[in-house]
Amino acid sequence: MKDLLKDPAAYQALANEKKPKPRLAKNLTMAFLVGGGICTLGQLIQNIYIKFFNFPPERAGDPTTTTVIFISGLLTALGVFDKIARHAGAGTAVPVTGFANSIVSAALEFKREGFVLGVGSKMFILAGSVIVFGVVTAFVVGLISALL
Amino acid sequence: MGSYLTAFLVGGAICLVAQLLFDLTPLTPAHVLVIFVVAGGVLGGLGLYDPLIKFAGAGATLPISSFGNALVKGAMAEAARSGPIGILTGTFELTSSGITASIIFGFFFALLFNPKG
Repeated sequence: MKDLLKDPAAYQALANEKKPKPRLAKNLTMAFLVGGGICTLGQLIQNIYIKFFNFPPERAGDPTTTTVIFISGLLTALGVFDKIARHAGAGTAVPVTGFANSIVSAALEFKREGFVLGVGSKMFILAGSVIVFGVVTAFVVGLISALL
Repeated sequence: MGSYLTAFLVGGAICLVAQLLFDLTPLTPAHVLVIFVVAGGVLGGLGLYDPLIKFAGAGATLPISSFGNALVKGAMAEAARSGPIGILTGTFELTSSGITASIIFGFFFALLFNPKG
């Protein structure tokens, strides 16, 4: 043990070895499978809108996204979404499921502060940054393309 | 507009890249999502996101990068139709349904449910 106290490099090596490793392989596998699974389900929903509701393929994304938002919102309200998201990580956070979850969970959480000051004001407390940076990007890219 | 296989692979791959950034960098999930939106917008401006949608369908339209792409495409398309003011009037043209639906569902689920746990 004395060696370890005198030798910072050896100590660091031991500390790194003992440190709990983020379960990277499991996290990556879950993100890939759940994220891919959500998109496959989305593709199924989209095909249903094209085939049975006569949406033109290029406009079928709208009802598909809306449907996925509704399902995510309902699962969030029922308390099921968090249980899946805990294991899925980016798999549920990156698809529109994560966007819907952030809005519905904020709306529910801040309900105790009232419908105007809580639900109304704080619904976008998490999703807001995505919208702001998306709009700023659209403005800058749109401006550049208009000038070129 | 994408097959089930390409939707699965591309959608999964995009989530896998995000998970790598979650686990291996100090970036918070919020930062990673913002990066994906901006990246989607830039790819959309360069005309590179639409081919991905053609290839992967929902595998490219459901991830948040698609939101950036749709904002940029709405702004550019409306600017091409009605001049620079179109950047302001067109930005939310394609994403209106997603944002409106989120607000409506957020409001009514808050009305009907209480938070669990």
